[in-house]
Amino acid sequence: MVKNPSIDTSLLPADAATEPLLAVDNLHVEFTTRQGLVRAVNGVSYTVNAGESLAVLGESGSGKSVTAQAIMGILDMPPARIPKGEVRFRGTDLLKLSDQARSQIRGQRIAMIFQDALSALNPVFTVGWQISEMFRVHRGMGKRDAMKKAVELMDRVRIPAAKQRVNDYPHQFSGGMRQRIMIAMSIALDPEVLIADEPTTALDVTVQAQIMELLAELQRESNMGLILITHDLGVVADVADKIAVMYAGRIVENAPVHDLYKNPGHPYSKGLLDSIPRVDQKGQDLYAIKGLPPNLLDMPPGCAFHPRCPYRRDNCVTDVPPLYEISGTRGSACHYYREVLDGTVE
Amino acid sequence: MGRYVLRRLLQAIPVLLGTTFLIFAIVYALPGDPLQALAGEKRVDPVFAAAMREQFHLNEPLLVRYGYYLRDILSGDFGTTFRGLPVSTIFEGKFQVTFKLSMTALVFEAVIGVGLGFWAALRRGKWEDKAVLAFTLLLVSIPTLVSGFVLQLLLGVKLKLGTGIAFFPVAGVQDGLRSYLLPGFVLATVSIAYLTRLTRTSLMETLRADYVRTAVAKGMPKSRVLGRHALRNSLIPMVTYLGADLGTLMGGAVITETIFNLPGIGQQLFQSVYLQENPVVVGIVTVLVLIYIVANLVVDMLYAVLDPRIRYE
Repeated sequence: MVKNPSIDTSLLPADAATEPLLAVDNLHVEFTTRQGLVRAVNGVSYTVNAGESLAVLGESGSGKSVTAQAIMGILDMPPARIPKGEVRFRGTDLLKLSDQARSQIRGQRIAMIFQDALSALNPVFTVGWQISEMFRVHRGMGKRDAMKKAVELMDRVRIPAAKQRVNDYPHQFSGGMRQRIMIAMSIALDPEVLIADEPTTALDVTVQAQIMELLAELQRESNMGLILITHDLGVVADVADKIAVMYAGRIVENAPVHDLYKNPGHPYSKGLLDSIPRVDQKGQDLYAIKGLPPNLLDMPPGCAFHPRCPYRRDNCVTDVPPLYEISGTRGSACHYYREVLDGTVE
Repeated sequence: MGRYVLRRLLQAIPVLLGTTFLIFAIVYALPGDPLQALAGEKRVDPVFAAAMREQFHLNEPLLVRYGYYLRDILSGDFGTTFRGLPVSTIFEGKFQVTFKLSMTALVFEAVIGVGLGFWAALRRGKWEDKAVLAFTLLLVSIPTLVSGFVLQLLLGVKLKLGTGIAFFPVAGVQDGLRSYLLPGFVLATVSIAYLTRLTRTSLMETLRADYVRTAVAKGMPKSRVLGRHALRNSLIPMVTYLGADLGTLMGGAVITETIFNLPGIGQQLFQSVYLQENPVVVGIVTVLVLIYIVANLVVDMLYAVLDPRIRYE
C-alpha cells in the first residue's frame, strides 16, 4: 500500500525511526466547570505503531474519549485545559504545534471516526459532498474528480451501488451504511493513525461485526495505526493487538490482548471480563462490579477503584498505585496485581 | 412538490374568505355613518343619502353585501369608494411603495440581524456577546415613533446641515431607492433585535452539534466549519422569521410611512379607516393577507431546499 505521499518530512526529527508512530505521554486534561475542576485525564500514556491496533477500554467518564479528542486537537479549550503531557506524532509533540500546523495533520494524517454516524454526518449535505470535501479542501481537487474519489471510497468500504448513492443524504442510509460513510471519509487521505471512538455502539450486533471486520481489513491494507475506543469487550478481541484499560482518567492495566483475556492483572479488568454474559452460565445472575464509577469532581483518595475493589487493603485507600511493570509489554496499576493474576482473592 | 403547492394554494381559499369576511364585518360594525363622514359637519341631503345607500347596497343585510363584494372581487373589481373613485386607482403605486419599504427593511434585518447574531454566537459569553445582547434590548425598547423621528433629525436633517450633502432624504420617494434607506432601517429596528437573538441562539445550538465537531476533525478551516457546515443548519429558524416578518412589516409600516411621508399602503389604510372608506380598507387587507400567505408558502418551500430531510409529498 502506498502511503500518503504528502508527508512533510521536515516535521520529523532525526530519531523518528525509533519513535512509535503515536505516543501519548503522561497526558493530563482538566475541565473547568461550575462545580469545580474536573480532572478527566490524569497521566495517561500509550503508544501505537504503524499497523498496530490498540483498544482503549473503559466505561463512560473514564477519559478514553477525552484522550482521543486531545490527540485530535478537537477539545473545546476552554473549558478544557491540558496542563501536562505530550502527544508525540512521529516524534513531534502535537500540543506544541501552531493551530496552522496542527490542522495540516488533523483529518489528513490522524483521522477520527465518531460513535453515532447519524449525528456526526452533516444532515444537509450529500454523503458524496462530505467525502469529496476532503479532496477539494486538502488536495485542491476539482469537484468532479473529488466526487469520483468519493465513489471509489464508498466502493472501498463496500457500500452497494456507490455510484447511484453518492448524491444521497445521510438520513437515506441505514446505520451500518452511515458508519461506512464515516469510515470512507476518515480514510480518504490515507491517514497514518485512525482513531475510532466507539464506532459500533449505535449499531446492531450483526452490523457491529461487519464494521469491525471492515476496519481490520482497511488497517491491514494500509498499515495504519488504529486506536479503538470502546466499552465493549466483545468488540475488542478479534481486532486489537493490545489493550489499555482506563478507569477514572488513568490507565489501570495495559497488556497484549490475549494475555489480558487469559489472565487480567487488575481487579477492574477482571471485573469487566467477569461481567461478560456467557451462554454456559444461563440462568445464573449476571456478574456486576459493585458500586458506581467515582465522581470526577470528588475522587476517592489512593487508588480510585478501592471503594469497589474486592482486593482492597489499607494502603489502597492512601497510596495511589503506580503502573507496575508485570513484563516488558504488560503493566497494572494495582498494589496487589500478583494476587489478581494468581486469582487468590480471599 | 407541485401537488403540495397546489394543496397549499387551495387551503388559502378558506383563509382568504375568512379574513375578508371578518374584516368586512368589523369595518361595517364600526360606529358612525360613512355617508355622514363624507359630508363632515354639514347635513347630508336625504335624497342623496338614499340614492347612495341604494347604490352601495347599504340597506341590504351584511351577508348579502359580502356576497356582492366577493362577486366583484372575483371579477377583478375592488369596488369604488363612496367618493366614486375606483379602489384600484387608489392602490396605484401605493403597494409598490410599501413593498419597496418592506424589502429594504428586510434586507437591513437580514444583514444586520444575522451578522450581529453570528458574531455574538462566536464570542459567546465574552463582552462582545453581552454588548450585542444589550444593544438588542435597547432596540426593542425604543418605539418606532421615537427612533423614526430621532434618526430623521440626526441622519436626515442635521447631517445635511453639517455636511451640505443630503445623504438620507427625509421624506417622500422622489430620490428613488435612497429615499427608502432611512425609513427602511427604522422599520427594521425591532425585527433586527429579534433576528439577532434568534440567530445567536440557533448558531450556538448548531455549534454544539456532532457534525460540527466532525468538520473540525476533518481538518476543515474554521471559516469553512462556520460558513458551510454550521450556517446552513442554523438557517431554518431565521428564514421562518424573515418570511413571517415580511407580512408584519408590510402591515406595520403605518407609523414609518407617516413619519417619512411615504405614499404607501399603511398611510392609505390609516386614512381610509379614519374616513370609513370601507371598500378600501377591506381591499388593502385582502391583498396583505394574500402576500402573507404567499410569503409563508415560499418559506415552507425554502425549508426543503435548506434541509433535505424535509420533503413534501
